[in-house]
Amino acid sequence: MEIIIPLIITALCVYGLFKRVNIFESFVDGVKEGMRTVVFIAPTMIALLLAVGMLRASGLLDWIAELIRPAAEAVGFPAELVPMGLLRPVSGSGATAILTGIYEDHGADSFLAKCASVVAGSTETTFYAVSMYYSAAGITKIRHTLFSALLADFIAIVLSVVTVGFLL
Amino acid sequence: MSYVFGIMIALAFLFSLISGSAGAMSQEIMDSASGAVTLLISISGMLCMWSGFMRIAKDCGLIDKLSRLCAPLLRRLYPDVEVESDAFRYISMNISANLLGLGNAATPLGLNAMKELKKQNPSDTASDSMLTFVLMNTASIQLLPTTVAALRKSYGSQHPFDILLCVWITSALALTAGLLSSKLLLHRRSKRPWKSLSR
Repeated sequence: MEIIIPLIITALCVYGLFKRVNIFESFVDGVKEGMRTVVFIAPTMIALLLAVGMLRASGLLDWIAELIRPAAEAVGFPAELVPMGLLRPVSGSGATAILTGIYEDHGADSFLAKCASVVAGSTETTFYAVSMYYSAAGITKIRHTLFSALLADFIAIVLSVVTVGFLL
Repeated sequence: MSYVFGIMIALAFLFSLISGSAGAMSQEIMDSASGAVTLLISISGMLCMWSGFMRIAKDCGLIDKLSRLCAPLLRRLYPDVEVESDAFRYISMNISANLLGLGNAATPLGLNAMKELKKQNPSDTASDSMLTFVLMNTASIQLLPTTVAALRKSYGSQHPFDILLCVWITSALALTAGLLSSKLLLHRRSKRPWKSLSR
């Protein structure tokens, strides 16, 4: 598994040279775009990391997780992932803030961190995507879009625990 | 978004009064802004690197190749959309860009796809294809979750990509569940006019 990233990078460069693409210029252009993304997300990240940080420090999230813990534990689900599941469809940066909180509290290679990373990697900010795409097409009646999208998010959270538990 | 921000802060303040964690709270406020900037700087390196390599993939024509590869599958998911239409082209390019983790490239392609689908369905109600398309964009279908890996790395993970297989399985099954539930609901609804006709 460790070889996969260097392999992809090397294959990309070799293929690019083979195709006579100016790979250095392409790479630099891509980096510029990545930099723009960082600058673009920075203000919201700072705002939300502050708000989520306050929520974490106040102990409210722990309290909610504590409320749900019996139900979650009854089915073998780690209660620490509940805040992540609640925030993920609403706010991408908010979920990132919770994710980094889990890394800090439990370590980036812990079971919880892996589950939360799988959730972050296999879901999107559902409400943001739904509102953006439908507003571009002037659609106001979205039928059962939200139901199916949130169902997918819920399945992803459950499966993150299952797959990490079985495979890692 | 303003409400989300305001309510989060107000809730945190109220709860810290109840639980007596005001000291930890004021410390957190001081730390979190500078912590956010440190975090952004530490993830930006890996984010920029991947965005660079994915740009190479795009300029090599790999996105076009991928979208041709996706076409047979997408044809089944979008039975209403003609393969030769602009809508179908934008859909497959959006999905391919998403697969490569090029969120910035995928979004404008996706918005164009929605506009093309709107031409085929000039009403304010979402068409079946629009529904499927939005669902595919609310699920994350990228091959390499680079942002998450960058975050994990910056928090000292030894193997930030060891979650790869889990991410693939989870996102594929979650998307399948979403699409399946949508198809079932569509099926149920599309039966109604047939019933009323047969009466």
